[in-house]
Amino acid sequence: MNAETRTNAKTMSMIVTKGSLDWAYPPFILATTAAAMGVEVTMFFTFYGLSLLKKKLNLQVTTLGNAAMEMPMMGMHMTMPNIVSAIPGVDAAATSMMKNLIKRKGVASIEELREMAVEADVKMIACQMTMDLFEYKMEDMIEGPVLGGAATYIEEATKSEINLFI
Amino acid sequence: MADQVLDVKGLNCPLPILRAKKTLKDMDMGATLEVLATDPGAVKDFEAFCRTTGNELVESDAGEGLYRFVIKRMS
Repeated sequence: MNAETRTNAKTMSMIVTKGSLDWAYPPFILATTAAAMGVEVTMFFTFYGLSLLKKKLNLQVTTLGNAAMEMPMMGMHMTMPNIVSAIPGVDAAATSMMKNLIKRKGVASIEELREMAVEADVKMIACQMTMDLFEYKMEDMIEGPVLGGAATYIEEATKSEINLFI
Repeated sequence: MADQVLDVKGLNCPLPILRAKKTLKDMDMGATLEVLATDPGAVKDFEAFCRTTGNELVESDAGEGLYRFVIKRMS
C-alpha cells in the first residue's frame, strides 16, 4: 500500500460467523455505527454468517446453547432452559417473542441495518469457500458483496486498526 | 433555535446516531441539528460520536425521559 492510497480514516474489519437473529445484531450494529463515525469498515461473511447476505432473510433464535436467555414477560423474566429447545415449537415461539420485543422497543430490524451498512459503503466480502460448501449462488445474495477468501480478509485485517471476530 | 430538528423518539441504539449522521451529512458546515430522543444510552453515545467525528455537541440536556442534543456540523 503506498502513501497515496492510504487515507487518514480509521479502519475496522469484522469476521461474521453466525447467522441467527440474535447474533446478526452485533456485527451490523457495530458496522453501521462505525461507518457513521467515519470508520472504513470491512465485513467478512463466512460459515453461517454468510446467510446474512441472502436477499430473503428468515432469521431465528434458539434457546439451545443460550442458557442465559431470558424473555421479559408480564414484569418478570422467563428463563429458557436448554432442554426446552427439544420441544417442537419452542424455538419458533422464542423467535416470535424476540421479533415482537425488537419492534416494541424501537430496535432496528436486521434488514434495515444491513441496508444502512450497504448505503454507508461498508465493504462486504462473501466467503467463496462457504458459498461452495453450502451451495449458495450470488443471485441469492444482496447487491454489493464481493467474493473473497481468507487471504482477501487477512489483507484487510493487516490494514485495520480494529479487527473483530463475531 | 437549531437549523434542523430530528425526532428519534422511541428509537433504540444505534438508530439515533445513524439517523443523526444521515441528517448531518446533508447539512451545511456550521449548521446546527437538534435531536430529540428517548434512548438514555444516546447521552453517552452522542458525546462519543461527536468526539470521534469532530462535530460539536453544543447542548445536551435531559428531563422526563426525553433527551435533547444540539450538534453543530464541523466535519
